[in-house]
Amino acid sequence: MPPTKPLPQPDAESREFWEGVKARRLQLQRCRACRHLRFYPRAVCPHCLSGEHEWVTVSGRGTLYSFTVCHRGASEAFAADVPYIVALVDLEEGVRLLSNLVGCQPDQARVGMPVQVVFEDASPEITLYKFKPVGS
Amino acid sequence: MTEHALRQVALAGVAESDLGKVPGKTAIQLAAEAARAALEDAGLAKSDVDGLFTFGFGRMGAVQFGEYLQVQPRYSDSSYTGGSTPVAFVEHAAAAIAAGLCSVALVAYGSTQASDGERRLGGAPEDPRLPGSQFERPFGIPLPLGAYALAATRHMALYGTTSEQLAEIAVATRKWAQLNPVAMKREPIAIQDVLNSRLIASPLHLLDCCLVTDGGGAVVLTTREHARDLRKPPVVILGAAETHTHQIISQMPDLTVTGAALTGPRAFAMAGLKPDDIDVAEIYDSFTITVLLTLEDLGFCKKGEGGAFVSGQRTAPGGDFPMNTQGGGLSYCHPGVFGIFTLIEGVRQLRGECGPRQVNEARIALCQGTGGVLSSSGTVILGKT
Repeated sequence: MPPTKPLPQPDAESREFWEGVKARRLQLQRCRACRHLRFYPRAVCPHCLSGEHEWVTVSGRGTLYSFTVCHRGASEAFAADVPYIVALVDLEEGVRLLSNLVGCQPDQARVGMPVQVVFEDASPEITLYKFKPVGS
Repeated sequence: MTEHALRQVALAGVAESDLGKVPGKTAIQLAAEAARAALEDAGLAKSDVDGLFTFGFGRMGAVQFGEYLQVQPRYSDSSYTGGSTPVAFVEHAAAAIAAGLCSVALVAYGSTQASDGERRLGGAPEDPRLPGSQFERPFGIPLPLGAYALAATRHMALYGTTSEQLAEIAVATRKWAQLNPVAMKREPIAIQDVLNSRLIASPLHLLDCCLVTDGGGAVVLTTREHARDLRKPPVVILGAAETHTHQIISQMPDLTVTGAALTGPRAFAMAGLKPDDIDVAEIYDSFTITVLLTLEDLGFCKKGEGGAFVSGQRTAPGGDFPMNTQGGGLSYCHPGVFGIFTLIEGVRQLRGECGPRQVNEARIALCQGTGGVLSSSGTVILGKT
C-alpha cells in the first residue's frame, strides 16, 4: 500500500472548523467576552479564558509571512510532491496559520506577497485550506 | 546585592557516554554509563544521589531511570522541553538543592536515535488529536527542519541575512570539531561546501543541519560548599532561566525572536553580568539559523545583526568569540537533545580540561539550550571558582 499523507482527525474542539473548510468556508473563533480572534480553534479563549465564542467567516486574504521550499518530503507520502512550498500566512483579520502555497513557482514566492485561500479535497471527509498568489 | 539562592549551587561532575553510532547499546544504558562517569568525575557515589532529573525511557523517565540504577530519590523531575531540557534541569535542580529538597542532583540523558532510525522510517507516530497533527502535519512540513527554515526565510527577508553568513557558523564549528578527537565530523569544510550541499528546505542546506547520532551525557550538581571538597574544581551557577513560547511554529509570536530574548536577560541579571563578560559560549546549534537568532536574542549583537556578527569566522578557533568549542551539534554529535553537551563543554572549558581546543583564561561560560521548533529556551551562565 502506498504511504498516505497525514490528515486531520477532527475532534470536539475542531469539528466545526473542519466542517466549514469542507463547505469552502474558512472560519475562525472569536471570543464573545474579549472579542479576541483566534487560530487554531479551542474551547477556552487563550486571551481571557472565556468559554464563549462565535464563529466568524474570514476573507481568506492575507500575506505571506514566510515560506520554505521543501526539496525533501516530510515523509514518503510527500516525496512525489517535491519541490513544494510550506507557508505561513498572516490573514487580513490578524491571525497566522500554516499551509501550502500553491499555483506558484518556487522561485516566485516572496515574503509579503498577497495570497488568497483555495480549497483542496484531500479525502471524501477532509478538505484542506491552501493559498495561492493573488491574481494567479 | 542579595546573593540569589540558585548561586549556592555548583556543577561538580560531567561526562559524555559513547557517541556516534552505538548500535550495541540502549538509550538507558548510555544514560547510565554517562551517569557513572559523571559521578566518578565528581568523586561521588551512587548512594550520594538523592535528586533525579531525566526523561525518555517511557512516559515516566526519572521513575524508570531510578529503577534501573536503583536510586530512590527525594526529588524527581521527568519533565521535557525538547533540546533545552538538560539546561532547564540545571535551573530546576539548583532550585531543589537551594531549597534543601535534595543535596546531590543527577541530570542524565541517553538516546539511540541514529541506530533507531534504520529500524523506524518516518519517526514515531504523533497523537492525531494534537494541534500540530491537525493544523500543520497535513501540509507536509518536515519537522523540525521546516520550521527553522521558515524562521531563516523570515530573518533573511527582514534583515538581508545571507546563506553565506549562515554557512560561516557551520564552517567555524567544524574547525572546533577538528580539535576534538571524539567529534564525528572532522574533515575541513569551506563556506562554498555548505552552499553546494543539498538544499533540503530552503534556505537551509544539508550542512546547515545538525548531525543525527546516538549518545548520552550527565551532569552532577550539589551545593558550592559540598563541591569544594570534591574531586574537581567546582564550576558554579551564576545565572539561570528558562521559558517556552509555543509548541507548533504557526503559534510562534515572531519567527525572528526566540525565548532566549527572555532567558538571556534574566540569566544575565541574576549573574550581574552582561554579554561582553562571556569568555566562551556554548549555543544550541540544531541548525545554523538557531545559533544566529540566539546570539541576537542573548544580546551579543542587535536583532538583525547576527549575520554580520558571525562573519569573518569570528566564532572559529582564534576568533574573538569562541563558540561551540567541542564542535557543536553540527559536527561533534547530536543525539536529539544537545543541551546536555553545552553544559559538559562549558564546565570543561572553565576547568581548563580542553587541551588543543581550550579557550585561554575562560572564566565565564554561557550554555544555551533551545528545544522543539524554537519553542523552548534555557540559559545557564557558569563561573570558574
